[in-house]
Order: sequence, then structure tokens, then C-alpha cells
Amino acid sequence: MSEDLVYLGVPLKRPKVAFFELTSCEGCQLQIVNNEATLLDFLSLVEVVNFREAMSERSDDYDIAFVEGSVTRADEVKRLQTIRKNAKMVIALGSCACFGGVNQLRNRFQDQAWVKREVYGDFPIDTEDEVRPLSAVVDIDLEIYGCPIRKEEVEKIVTNLILGKAIDHPKYPVCMECKANENICLFDLGEPCLGPVTRGGCDAWCPNSRMGCWGCRGPAEVANVAQIRKIMRQYGFSEEILLDRLECFGGFTAHIKEFRHC
Amino acid sequence: MIFKICRKEELPKLFDSLSANHIVGPVRKGTDKEGKPIIAFDIANDFNELELAYPSTKFSPKKFFLPYRETLSSFDMEESDWQEHIDFNIYKPHVFFGMHACDINALNKLDKVLLESVYPSPYYGSKRSNMCIIGMDCEPQPFCFCRSMGTDTALHGFDMFLTALGERYFVEILSATAFNWLKNLNTRDPTEDDHIEYMAAVAKRNEKFTARVDTTDLTKILDMEFQADVWKKWGEKCLSCGACANVCPTCYCYGVEEHVDLDLQGASKIKHLHSCNLIDFAEVAGGHNFRPQSHVRLKYRYYHKHRGFVEAFEESLCVGCGRCGEACLADINVPEVIASVRGEGG
Repeated sequence: MSEDLVYLGVPLKRPKVAFFELTSCEGCQLQIVNNEATLLDFLSLVEVVNFREAMSERSDDYDIAFVEGSVTRADEVKRLQTIRKNAKMVIALGSCACFGGVNQLRNRFQDQAWVKREVYGDFPIDTEDEVRPLSAVVDIDLEIYGCPIRKEEVEKIVTNLILGKAIDHPKYPVCMECKANENICLFDLGEPCLGPVTRGGCDAWCPNSRMGCWGCRGPAEVANVAQIRKIMRQYGFSEEILLDRLECFGGFTAHIKEFRHC
Repeated sequence: MIFKICRKEELPKLFDSLSANHIVGPVRKGTDKEGKPIIAFDIANDFNELELAYPSTKFSPKKFFLPYRETLSSFDMEESDWQEHIDFNIYKPHVFFGMHACDINALNKLDKVLLESVYPSPYYGSKRSNMCIIGMDCEPQPFCFCRSMGTDTALHGFDMFLTALGERYFVEILSATAFNWLKNLNTRDPTEDDHIEYMAAVAKRNEKFTARVDTTDLTKILDMEFQADVWKKWGEKCLSCGACANVCPTCYCYGVEEHVDLDLQGASKIKHLHSCNLIDFAEVAGGHNFRPQSHVRLKYRYYHKHRGFVEAFEESLCVGCGRCGEACLADINVPEVIASVRGEGG
């Protein structure tokens, strides 16, 4: 399983990788095994030693840990700390790991006891008061955005890691790629969209299907939230419609605080 | 130039006679929230798909000669060597059926940079030399300011140009190629009355322009107002999203990315159009960014279009199509920005 990789005559190390999930739907890991067309090439590039969703074997000897999900329980904190100790590189995989994801919607409720009662009823689970991204618990080396992640992006990042190339996330918003696909602007179709403030790199996945962006990849490097607020109002969308989207995946938490104060 | 008159019903014949090529024209893509059709340039397989009386398109036709993404070269890796493959990505001639004067002039401007410069682009050049253009007159829209930019009429850069005169077209023939097309069309020479009617139609169209940009001494004014606070006002609105550059028929700036295949057996260099409004644009190796502020990036976009290009080529890079202003969700548009820099209006 560990034959050497060679690129242009230069031997490369085939890293041992592990996949883990904290609180999540495991959809990001599913994306990894989803694309059969490139699966074998991907598996030749890395040596997977731990991947509950795809194999039975387990090992704690790994170089790169991909961690999906957010931190919601005390045992997850410990688990994440162990992963951090074992891995040379920890990669937050997907919106839950990067920002808290859909799970962090719970944070907007003041009365957490009520939330737990509503959700778990007679089967209580000992959860922490706040849903947190991985970076709130341990140091993260790299974030891969998206709900779910795009497998093409993971493949590109892993290839570049093995080649020793820099990993550059797009800093520009979704609009850039949406326009390059010549999509009709969702605002022209009467739909709200967070494309102008959300980090690109998804190839405008949702707007390509005429669905407005919900901001799963978090804010673009320049996220002019004050302006999108004016635009939403101008196009007849209420503040709540904007907030629903900004709050959905947790990437805009800092912006919303600012937003609520003005 | 040769002038002819042909009846409108002749046009499908011209379309059919050219259909061995890719015919690109204005086709309907959808309906906006107000029920208005959304038209875009795309391959048309049937004459009836063309919406020749289209008001404007959201996007320029540039994806056919300056694709948003283009593989410049690909490499097959061998033991310790590689084979390079270069493909200019054009397999069939393209006939542009119904291009407005602004877009024809945009191509003429792009030629100056991409064909006539020190380092011509073979990717652009190969597409450009496999292209025929049938121009079409247009109805000025509220956002069109091509007349201010001197690009409201096309004097060259097309094969044939059609101006509707009731049930017939006034046909301008500019190339030998288009002259040969006449074999497939019933045309006649224009009479004095046709000339008068054509001039009247042009004059009537000219009255319909409402948006204007005052370009008098604009290069100097832009230099004088380099530090003006008004740029900050526009910078505050700017989303730094690059929508303006993507819809612009003359924005040609790009980045090249190296992509290595997952099996490490191949690689490619991929060009993608960029925008000087993006924060990524002026970032260099090591992470330093020469233009971290939105208003500075926006300002340089205007400087390139309305100052730098004018100094280099004695004409603006902007053709006044107004698409950038239409695409901008923050309502940043050329007439208002230039007016504000000149100290006029808001």
C-alpha cells in the first residue's frame, strides 16, 4: 500500500491520511468516496489508514487528519485534541468544521435547555452550551470550505500538498465564478443570493442551478456586508431573509455581531 | 464599402448558407422577474432562435474569443521528461450573427492589445482569424453611452452590417467574404431614397441616447483627481466581486494556474480571466498586496479604461455598452463615476 509516488523523476512522499467526524452529517466524507471516476487515483495518492465511512481498519499513525464536523460535546474536545497530537497536519473539512456549520444555528437560542428538551426529549445528551468550529479548540493547519465540500477541490489541495505547492483559496466572492459561467443573476430572477459576499471556489455550485447562495463557504476576503444589506433591501428582501442566510452556516458570525449593533 | 438593399425574409437564407460554421448570435436564455426576456450570445442552430431585435445582452460575446477559462497547454509526464501539447481551442470558424457596434468596436480595441502588441496572443489570434461578423443596428438603451465613447457606429472590424429600414435591410459589405455571401441573397443596389432613409434612421437613433459621459480632457482630469475623496465613496459600495470585468467586452486581464492531474501523469496550464477589482488581483508571491483597498482597485479599473489605454492607443478601452453598470448590484456605473470625478452631479 505504500509504493512511492514520482512526479517528473522526483520521488514524493505518499502521506498517511485519516478521516474523522465530530458532529456532522458525514456528507463531506461521503463526497470523498462519492466520485468513483477519480477514487482510485485519489487512493493511489494517499494511504488512507482511518476512514470509518469507507473501511474497517483503524490506525493512529497518520500524517494528515481530515476532520469533519463541529465540536458540540466534551468527548469531542478530547478526541480532537488526540487527533491534533497524532497528526502533523489537521485539516478542517467542510463548513461545520470551519465555522460550526448548520449545527451552530443552535447558538442563536438563548434558552439552550429548551432546545435540548425539544430535540432530545427523554433521551438527553450531554452537549456543550455552544457549538464551536475546530479552530476554537485546537490549531488548524488548513480549512476546506463548503457544505458539502467539493471533491475536486479536495483532490486539488491534496495533490498540491504532496507536490509541496502553496494552497491558495480564492479570496474573491462567488459572483466571480457565477459570472464566468454566464449565469443569470439571481437578483434579476427575484431571488436573494449571498454570492456577492461569500468566498468563491465552489464554481457557483448553487447559482448554476438557479438557487441563491446561502454562504456555506463563509465570507470572501472582502465581504461588503453593509452593501449586501442595502442591496437586499433594494430588491425587496427583508432583514430576516438576509439574516437567515448569513446565520445558516456560521461563517458570518463576526459580521452579524457588527450588523446587530448598527 | 459596398451598399446593398435586401428584404428581411432573405436573412434565413444567409443563415442557412453559413450553417457549416458555428453561428453565434443573440438567443433567449430566460425571463427576468419583470417578465423581460434575457438574451445572451450562444450557438444558434436555427435562424428562428436568433432574437435579432435584442436590446442588449447581459454578457458580452467574449467567451467565444476570450474564454473565461482556457487550457493553454497540457503536459504528458514521462520518467523525467514531459511532452507539451498546445491547442488554440478553435475547431470551426465562428460567424457572429447580429453583433452590435459596441461589441465590434470592442474587438477592434482588443486587437490592439492582443494582436498588434509586442507579444500577440495566438489563442486570441486564432479565434479572431476564424471569425466572421454580421453586425446589426440597435436601439439605444437607457444605460448605453457608446455615443460618448465614439463607438456607436462600427467603421471597420465586420464583414457585413445590417440596418433595418422597415421591411428591408440596408446592407454594408466590408469584406470579400461577405461579398461572396451575396451570391446566396437577393439584393439590389440602393437608390438615392434608400440612402436618405438610411441617414434618417441613423439620425433618429442618435436622438435616443440618454446616458452620456463627458470625455473632454478626461485623461488629465483623472490625473488631477487621483487622490479625490470621491473614489472612496464608490469604494465603499464596491463588492469587489468582479462582475463588471466579467461582463465587459474589453476586460482581458487574466491569471494562469498550473494544475497537476490526480494521477501525477499529466498537468496543464489554465488561464482564467481575472478582474482588477478582486482582492486577489494585486497580491504577489509572499502575500503582499499592492492594492488592499477596494476604492483603489476600483480607481485603477477606471484608470486603465479611460486613461492608460488612451495614452497608449489614443482611444478609450471602454466602448460604452453599459453592461458593467447593469451587472453591478451596488449600482456603480461609468457615467455616474466619471461625472462625480469631474465634480458634476452626485
